[in-house]
Amino acid sequence: MITNADFLALEGKLGNFTAKLNIRPRYIDADACTACGLCTQYCPKHHSDSYNEGLAVTRPIHIDYAQAVPATYYIDPASCMYVQHDTCQICVPVCQSHAINFNQQPEPRDLKVGAVILSPGFGKIASETLEKFSYGKHPDVVTAYEYERMTTASGPFLGEIRCFSDGRHPKSMAFIQCVGSRDLGCDNGYCSSVCCMYAIKEALVTKEHDPEVDITIYYMDIRTQGKDFDAARERAEAIGIKFVRAKVADVTPWDNHLKLTYSTLDGQHKFDAHDMVVLSVGLESPKDAGKISEITKIELNQYDFCKTETFTPLQTTEDGIVVAGAFQGPKDIPESVTQSSGAAILASTVLKKQRGRGTVNKEYPDELAVTDEDEVRIGVFVCHCGINISSVVDCPEVAENAGGMENVAYYTENLYSCSQDAQEQIKQTIKDKKLNRVVIAACSPRTHEPLFQETLKDAGLNRNLFEMVNIRDQCSWVHANDPEAATEKSKDLVRMAVSKAAHIQPLPEQTVPVIPKALVLGGGIAGMTAALSLADQGFYSVLVEKSSKIGGNLQNLKNTLAGDETAGYLKTLTAKVKRSKNIDIVTDAVLAQTNGFIGNFSSVIESGKGKKKKEQTYDHGVIVVATGGYEHRPDLYQLGKSKKVVTQRELETKLAGRAKNRAPDSIVMIQCAGSRGEDLNYCSKVCCNHAIKNTLKIKEINPDSQIIVLYRDMRTYGFAEDAYLEARKKGVIFIPYEVGRRPVVTSKGAKVQVDFFDTIMQEEVSMTTDLVALSVGIVPDGTDELSKMLKLPVTASGFFLEAHVTLRPVEAAVDGVYICGLAHAPKPVEETIAQAQAAAAKAAMPLVKRYVTVDPIVSSVEQDKCIGCGICVSLCPYGAIQMEKVGKKRKARTVSASCKACGICSARCPTFAISMGGFTNEQLTSQIEAFGNNVASEKVMAS
Amino acid sequence: MGKAMIQREGAVMILGGGIAGIQAALDMTDLGYYVYLVEKSPAVGGVMAKLDKTFPTNDCSL
Repeated sequence: MITNADFLALEGKLGNFTAKLNIRPRYIDADACTACGLCTQYCPKHHSDSYNEGLAVTRPIHIDYAQAVPATYYIDPASCMYVQHDTCQICVPVCQSHAINFNQQPEPRDLKVGAVILSPGFGKIASETLEKFSYGKHPDVVTAYEYERMTTASGPFLGEIRCFSDGRHPKSMAFIQCVGSRDLGCDNGYCSSVCCMYAIKEALVTKEHDPEVDITIYYMDIRTQGKDFDAARERAEAIGIKFVRAKVADVTPWDNHLKLTYSTLDGQHKFDAHDMVVLSVGLESPKDAGKISEITKIELNQYDFCKTETFTPLQTTEDGIVVAGAFQGPKDIPESVTQSSGAAILASTVLKKQRGRGTVNKEYPDELAVTDEDEVRIGVFVCHCGINISSVVDCPEVAENAGGMENVAYYTENLYSCSQDAQEQIKQTIKDKKLNRVVIAACSPRTHEPLFQETLKDAGLNRNLFEMVNIRDQCSWVHANDPEAATEKSKDLVRMAVSKAAHIQPLPEQTVPVIPKALVLGGGIAGMTAALSLADQGFYSVLVEKSSKIGGNLQNLKNTLAGDETAGYLKTLTAKVKRSKNIDIVTDAVLAQTNGFIGNFSSVIESGKGKKKKEQTYDHGVIVVATGGYEHRPDLYQLGKSKKVVTQRELETKLAGRAKNRAPDSIVMIQCAGSRGEDLNYCSKVCCNHAIKNTLKIKEINPDSQIIVLYRDMRTYGFAEDAYLEARKKGVIFIPYEVGRRPVVTSKGAKVQVDFFDTIMQEEVSMTTDLVALSVGIVPDGTDELSKMLKLPVTASGFFLEAHVTLRPVEAAVDGVYICGLAHAPKPVEETIAQAQAAAAKAAMPLVKRYVTVDPIVSSVEQDKCIGCGICVSLCPYGAIQMEKVGKKRKARTVSASCKACGICSARCPTFAISMGGFTNEQLTSQIEAFGNNVASEKVMAS
Repeated sequence: MGKAMIQREGAVMILGGGIAGIQAALDMTDLGYYVYLVEKSPAVGGVMAKLDKTFPTNDCSL
């Protein structure tokens, strides 16, 4: 990790690049800094806090936030008095670990790398664009970034929302959408794809803070097209957040308020006053996009984002350089994360021959055997954390108190237990004092337990012979005003830990070997891409396709919105898959049965028909689920009843044909036919783009065609917005309809009649047309059955649910199973490809490693006590407990590789047959008793 | 990751330490490569580190 670095140049080519960097001085020695924060308290100069969007002040020497990585302070040279004026240096003697070093110089650095991944993020909309909304003129007009910091509990106002003008709590707020997006005034024609979501989020958070506040979101289209995103909008509407479809012309100060001037669809101009206005600013290309392009020679698109193609969404125009995240186009976190994994597999393919040569394998001394016979020798280390703990808690007293406890062979204090020198000291002490258990009373195990466990391993102790006490969060922080009680509580916690520590045992590090093969379910674009990506990594897959031919839904499409011809791509891809030695294709096949767990699955595939029907068993380490979806055919709007009513897909096929009258003279398109609250409850994400694609095709063939698109929200997000604009320029008429007044279609001889309420003219319209095209949405294919077989949860709409919506978007809840394509959610082809590559990246990880490590704290069943009731099996959320036959009886057994150590089984077992490694009943009871001991002795003393 | 003064084979440079860069870095190491994660500011984390909650689950962002 190289922070504070400028990227200056890139030489060489794929497989052999040299990147030139300049690392700016931080003026703080990262190895010595313990992030105690004392320097910031003493620094006399103020400095605008850019982390908090300038809403707070910090000091030139600071850290942005406590969890920053690296957790090293930083001196901003632009405002430091020593760097600028050669004075001050107050911080230098204040720092107790002597970490401040003003002699640091800029350090040029060359990196030899085989590939480059560009993920520079996005930039901010220029403030000139915000001026018409009185941003900068009135303090109560803020950007969404600023507002985000205002609502944050850890932000500068501790989450309290007040107007900057006079400190009152705003009672009426407005969010203005599309500021700097879909705006040709600032040359940003594209949609930023995230603002609708964050505006709804911020509005919901505001309502949590103050349910009384009146919130209006002024929008053109609400683009919550992502998976289950519409539900959040509905939630927002349900709690009274108002959505007004309007274009806001300007915002002007008006007394103590802000006056919004806006025009609604029906051409009315209106005014409204609000206390505070939040601007939903869009995502620009990153500020240094031009420079990156110059250095790396990659091409940019017309908006200065990285140029990519539909079928290679993560590949830049230069070999060996791939892209991920918002630089590829505005996008949200889940999609960025997905692209990152996809970019990783692409870079990995480039570097395949060099795999493993750069990695470092650390070696540890042999572990000392610790058995029950050995005398328990506990070492207690009490950390001062600079003054973070010791300013409240009397650390010497806590340490001394521990010294008097049973089994404690050694106790001491550290200024910083986590510092490099303290680590060495702890290692040495373990050896010198022959310690076989270690208790450290310091900060949170969440952040520091792995570090201390590493120290134990370095000293030759099993890492589980360790107990951590959090006397910072639980004592010095929460009882900052009561030092005495904080010290007493620290003593209690340490005593409990010591008592537990006496019972802890070394736990073996378990590993399970992995069969380096994959099972890919579904032979559409997602499955093929995933299998091919794995094949490129050198891994074998079985590609299982339900129909007689691989290709999936892409076979039904003719071209993409960007104009790419699909057949050619599909042909090349199919040929590559068929040619690959690493892929076995089984068609007319379904998964009949699967057993096992990550690394060791065994599946039965049923294939062929009639006499040719056969079953084959495959052993494999991972499963990629790419079972896809299909076009929904709602029994609505005369679909299937009138020949003049078709789906967008049927229309696309017709338009690609040769018939003379294939582009009708008049056509009405109905968006969300069957979606978003009719028989499907969700948005299918692709239909708006599909409709626009067809309108443009019709206009190309028959420019005089009259096209009317009836829609709810046009969701041409990202760069597709350009096509929407083009359609409007070519005369396509777009009219929104309300949910309560959906259009009505009736057959009228050779034509069809559409009745709808025109929200622009505010009148009922009845028109006959040559053709009606329905945007019908996508439904998942067979997820119900598969979800039962693989124990995968599905959403209310039947799509597979990911392990974490934001951070683990392609992993399933079950380890070793990965999801991509339409089986995950409806999405366009470029997103499917990126997601399939991401799924392949995640699936490749255990295959590369060849084994899975199991955290030693997993559950284990004492089979003698087990009565085979099966409660644990039914409760385990990860399918990690199986019943097996032992003799004639049924007994439970933990599948360690799948266990997440949640402890549900252990808590529910009626015979206490299940225990958790590191949290046995004996250990916990002893810990609780130790707490009670003190209470009892206090009572004795009091009486 | 840590410091690597020697020039190694099987390495990749990731430019930008926001959520995309961090995820790519983690994935590249899991796939068996050495990663240089290059960030222009003093800490990685990018814009996501400034967010309060994430849509649509309102999970904490940090």
